[in-house]
Amino acid sequence: MSSPEKPSALYPIAEKRPDLLSTGTGRPLADLTVENLAGGSLGQADIAISADALRLQAEVAREAGRVRLAENFERGAELVAVPDDVLLEIYELLRPGRAASVDVLREASAMLRRDYGAEAVAALVDEAAETYQRRGLFRRRF
Amino acid sequence: MSQATTPNRWKRYDHWDERPLAQDRFAVEDAEHGFCAMGSPWDPAPSLTLEGGRVTGMDGKTAADFDMIDSFIASHHIDPDVAAEAMAIDSTDFARRLVDVSVPRSELVRLAAGMTPAKLAEVVGMLSAAELTFAQAKLRARLAPGNQAHVTNAKDDPIQMAADAATAAIYGFDELETTVRVARNARTCALALTVGAAAVRGGVLVQCSIEEAEELRLGMAGLTSYTETMSVYGTEDVFVDGDDTPWSKAFLTAAYTSRGLKARCTSGAGSEVLMAFHEKKSMLYLEARCLCVQRGMGVQGTQNGGIDGASVAGSVPGGVKEMFAENVMAALLDLECASGNDTRHSHSDMRVAARVLPPLLAGTDLICSGFGSIADYDNSFAISSFNGSDMEEYLALQRDYMVDGGLAHVPEDAVMAARARAIDAISAVLEELNLAEVSERQKQSVLHAHGSLDTQTFSLGAVAAINARMEERAVTLADVIAALERRGFHTEAENLLLMARQRVAGDYLQTAAVIRDGKVVSAVNQPNDYQGPGSGYVVDAQRRESLARMRGQIGRSDVMAAEGRAGDDEKRAYRLIPKGPAARGSDPREVVIALSPGFGAELNKTTGECRHSEVLRMLSEGIAEGGCVPRVLRIRHTADTSFLGLTGARLSGSGIAIGIQGKGTTVIHKAGLAPHTNLELFPQAPLIGLEHYRQIGANAAAFARGENPEPVVIPPHGDALGAKFHVRTALLYHIEADLADPAAEPEELDLVFA
Repeated sequence: MSSPEKPSALYPIAEKRPDLLSTGTGRPLADLTVENLAGGSLGQADIAISADALRLQAEVAREAGRVRLAENFERGAELVAVPDDVLLEIYELLRPGRAASVDVLREASAMLRRDYGAEAVAALVDEAAETYQRRGLFRRRF
Repeated sequence: MSQATTPNRWKRYDHWDERPLAQDRFAVEDAEHGFCAMGSPWDPAPSLTLEGGRVTGMDGKTAADFDMIDSFIASHHIDPDVAAEAMAIDSTDFARRLVDVSVPRSELVRLAAGMTPAKLAEVVGMLSAAELTFAQAKLRARLAPGNQAHVTNAKDDPIQMAADAATAAIYGFDELETTVRVARNARTCALALTVGAAAVRGGVLVQCSIEEAEELRLGMAGLTSYTETMSVYGTEDVFVDGDDTPWSKAFLTAAYTSRGLKARCTSGAGSEVLMAFHEKKSMLYLEARCLCVQRGMGVQGTQNGGIDGASVAGSVPGGVKEMFAENVMAALLDLECASGNDTRHSHSDMRVAARVLPPLLAGTDLICSGFGSIADYDNSFAISSFNGSDMEEYLALQRDYMVDGGLAHVPEDAVMAARARAIDAISAVLEELNLAEVSERQKQSVLHAHGSLDTQTFSLGAVAAINARMEERAVTLADVIAALERRGFHTEAENLLLMARQRVAGDYLQTAAVIRDGKVVSAVNQPNDYQGPGSGYVVDAQRRESLARMRGQIGRSDVMAAEGRAGDDEKRAYRLIPKGPAARGSDPREVVIALSPGFGAELNKTTGECRHSEVLRMLSEGIAEGGCVPRVLRIRHTADTSFLGLTGARLSGSGIAIGIQGKGTTVIHKAGLAPHTNLELFPQAPLIGLEHYRQIGANAAAFARGENPEPVVIPPHGDALGAKFHVRTALLYHIEADLADPAAEPEELDLVFA
């Protein structure tokens, strides 16, 4: 999603450009109302951020000089489509001593690239694999 | 002095041993074993080598020797575009820029992105406590400071949780953090916290601190809106024992972001010492490593400054300063800072208050990363620096320095209305979602409760059952909003919708974001632009009024009203009948009682709570017991004790008079003395009792007979009398001073008791 305006002019997006936002199921943000939630036409799946919204927030952060924060928002955008259980599984693998070898983490990063196009997150996992190897962090701890 | 009665040490130590401070343990500075706040001999000297935009050496190590923390910092924190410039700046020069109003925050933040942990520790370590305070005022990310509360209770009781959440929200906390006594109660607690806060306003951020995976699940269900328990440590061994790495935490941060949850990390002095692997480094250097990791991860903020290790940090020389230096360093790295002051580092209230002053005066994004807004025994984390009982002390500190620490006084009816509404709202949700029935008795017990010892409500088992039902039915924020709406809590439903919209928009994921008046304010749209006096965040007139208000404050009208009530009783007890101008007396046995202009008229009791009728009765009896005769005059031209006494003495047949003010201050005066010389003066009116007035009367009579009596002794109590009485004392005196007419003559009075 791109806009001719400077990202900072959009912020706070919910106030200034709610038209740029959609709910977790792709409905316009304007549809997210108490009435619709009470009536059941929208539900919890709608109360979720989209990858597009996170990329917009990344632009806002980058313009404010916060490159690292922007990179995190971009990794977050890549993870929006990743199911909860997969997220928790990868987090678990990244904890010390969970993966038995560098290959296990490489498989995880390959899966992230292949199934979700999560290039930046995959790169983070690859980098972890490399460091864990060098620092002996594949050692089992329990 | 006999051997048996000779103490074997200075008795002052007995008093010191009884002080709360005696329970604090102070550690010998010992860098080799980790007990060192700043500047350990084992801290590396700052250094950085870059080749082709890659870090090949940092703080005395080459890349091949980097541990995982060094590696992460080298690849994710260090900005190669500014590193060469930043590392070349002399540390003293940069430290001075931190306290130079003409160097803007943005310039300091830009350069800090190119500094290694050792460089940051060296620079920040150069500042004195006063300089750190000033630097913090300049470096804070968000324009206005804020605060965060702990809201927990010993029963994990959702009804109390909701009421206490509403209480915290109405006092002004931007964020509420809860945790549980029993892990499986997390959902119920998070639900109650969310609903309770919504009974006051929308956009209060809520958190439930539990195991990482479960916390993420709660967030996904919409029951919480931020997290801050992502711990980061300064050495590799401790990080691994903490069961994480910088990469697992960076991934977790991205995971929280992907679910629209605000996140901040946690670090702070003392954790490495407590977890045994400190590598002989100073606390500040290790924290610099933590903060560089956090910035590199791209998390928006940190909770640091001691935290769980606060007592260890506070035990070493310079340790409290170090904790605050951590906050300043976080701000320098452009991180939102929730500046500790949660886990209580000392038994001494004085040390606790002194610790909070620098961040309070400077203002941080969140002054406390957990102000215990509940009863201290209800805090499921640990007792906080400030607890529910201390809330008014904190308000007083804000008021004393006229600084905004995020809270403000709330009138009792507003607190009670908020608590009642929260109790009704959570009860309706529990009933509507078929989770529990709440009895009227439960609600009433919570409404007025200070803490869980006062409540008669769910048992721990019953709470667990609610939680099990919530989990089974996968209750979400959407369900809660719908339930509130169906039960007529439309305002609360709209308040939660505000948060739901944020979960879609993510504006509150930006640095230092909180939600005030329904709008996101963060370092993006309201950045701190402090550049010296008159700039930055200014307490406006309306806010000033809120900060100035205290429960039980008194003004002139309150004093007059109290005097009016006392006056009604007094009118029945006695009369003072004017008899015309007073002439000089001739009876050598006469002792004049010289009353101030308002005594027994506009004013009716002393600050020692003695009714004026009783005071006059005792003075008269004392004079009579001393063999003399009382004569009562009203002095109208002055309200000053000395001049009252001296005027009376010059009209007294014996030359002796007792001068007395309405507030009870008394003097025995003698004709011929200078005004401010006297026979006996009793300035501490609150301590003067009726029996003392009798003795004063007797002594005055003795003087009249030419004797030299033992002075009347009114023993001081040793408490801060001024703090208790001076407001009323001054107001009472003003009333009397206003009544004085410089041209009015003394008047003879007849004293008649009913």
